[in-house]
Amino acid sequence: MSTELLDREPDAMARSQTEREEATPLIEFRGVHVSFGRQKVLRDINISIPRGQTVALIGESGCGKTVLLKTIISLIRPTEGQALFDGQDLSTMNDRDLTAQRIRFGFLFQNAALFDSMTVGQNVAFPLRQHRRLQQRDIERRVLDRLAEVGLPDSVVSKKPAELSGGMRKRVGLARALILEPELMLYDEPTTGLDPIMSDVINELILRARRNHTVTSVVVTHDMNTARKVADRVIMVYPVPRLGENESQVIFDGPPSEIDDFDDRRLTQFVRGEAGERLMEMRAGGVRSEE
Amino acid sequence: MSSTSPTSEPSLLSRVLRALSDWVADWGAAAIESITSIGRMALFALSTISWLFGRLPRRETLIPNFYQVGVLSLPVVALTGTFIGMVLAVQSYFQFRQLGLETRLGAVINMSLVRELGPVLAATMLAGRVGSSMAAELGTMRVTEQIDALSSMGSNPIHYLVVPRFLACLLLIPTLTVMADFMGILGGLFFSVDVLGIDFHHYIYNSKLFVGTFDVIVGVIKSFFFGAAIALVSCYRGFNCLPGAEGVGRAATAAFVYSFVLILVLDLFLGILLDSVYYTLWPEGARLF
Repeated sequence: MSTELLDREPDAMARSQTEREEATPLIEFRGVHVSFGRQKVLRDINISIPRGQTVALIGESGCGKTVLLKTIISLIRPTEGQALFDGQDLSTMNDRDLTAQRIRFGFLFQNAALFDSMTVGQNVAFPLRQHRRLQQRDIERRVLDRLAEVGLPDSVVSKKPAELSGGMRKRVGLARALILEPELMLYDEPTTGLDPIMSDVINELILRARRNHTVTSVVVTHDMNTARKVADRVIMVYPVPRLGENESQVIFDGPPSEIDDFDDRRLTQFVRGEAGERLMEMRAGGVRSEE
Repeated sequence: MSSTSPTSEPSLLSRVLRALSDWVADWGAAAIESITSIGRMALFALSTISWLFGRLPRRETLIPNFYQVGVLSLPVVALTGTFIGMVLAVQSYFQFRQLGLETRLGAVINMSLVRELGPVLAATMLAGRVGSSMAAELGTMRVTEQIDALSSMGSNPIHYLVVPRFLACLLLIPTLTVMADFMGILGGLFFSVDVLGIDFHHYIYNSKLFVGTFDVIVGVIKSFFFGAAIALVSCYRGFNCLPGAEGVGRAATAAFVYSFVLILVLDLFLGILLDSVYYTLWPEGARLF
């Protein structure tokens, strides 16, 4: 009987730990505020993102989407409130613990942020060289696998980032972000500045990364095609200066299928790409200057 | 009936008071910003030094920086050193000749070179060549989010980017200073003996008589501090670069200006300190060697 219990206990413990992990959201924002000097960028953000979900963060330029994304990884620290990753507040961690947590992330920056001084191969291999003890042959194999996964030929390995097109740079950035097989992928405007075909290629790569690596993803985008195609859930944030005193900065939080039925002028304007009152403000400015 | 209400337009006194309070607030903000900046710089330096004792950077990050600071600076430092030696000879010769002391020229040239001009001018050249380039490179990395990318991949930017540059400046600027001293001494010797016709034997004899090993050591000790200051100031300016091309340009300029000022301030205080140490250890002014 006791032997049976002993046999069962590790299984039960592992199961309960897995259940606990599944119950804990991977990302949780509790009343997060971020300010730069007197400028308030995020105000009382409360968001919870469970494991495996792909969330698109939409909103107009300057509304704080990228700041929110960087707050998740603690590149920006909240002025108030807590930004939790897997139940832990990264902003209170020391360098060593923060490093251990950050290798669980992959981040695709807006302009890919490839290191100019390194070749494509060195860029993609960088996280491996920093955090894994592998033979040179294994590193090379993994680099080529990742580049193939994002549709780039072996010949790009020796090129410098300056020799690549925008779409290729994004794909190299994606290969670099995926090389450590992260649990959480963060994409900062992955399709901005790309032609519609290359944008769709990037969308497909985001979906493929999700299928192949079962990651949780947060995609910051202006592009509604991207939001609709890759996301399970869409969150729209609105610029703080345009909000009323008690209004929430998150003005929409739901599946992409509900966007068209949602009755909020601000969301509708964004989705349809209408200038709305911005045009009126510009005209008013014009009238003032004429006066 | 178009009377203006007294509350709609502020009185002259209230306008003066408001201008005064704005002026005080601006100065206060500037003072707070300066103090905060010094605090941030101190924390940056502390973090760099703590990483230095924690874990040394990898060879592949150290070698390019050593090459950049050491090897590529060699020609410019050698050239500067040679010309400083020759200029010193030109400038001092006519004064000393009037006093009939031209054979003492070696002592003046060599003493000035090893204690002051060698270290200070080598450091100034390097602040311009290496410091500005570091600030511009790191500034560009900041602006293009490469530093954020480094952090997001679990690498510490100070350990990866600053520590190798700091080590390169700390260890190679003294070496370059010795090079500048040597070339300056040769330049001075060449110009004094071959162009101005001063007797070689007396030139060397007086140099040996007045310039001791301690003088050379003082110069080298100073250059360690100059190297550390150049690296920390330049990397700090690069790390805290404002956005855009203008931000990078400003960071590069500020790196040189602040490094130069710091070199002069350190030169003064280290000069006083090292002389005090010397005269405390050897009150009679006895030579160290």
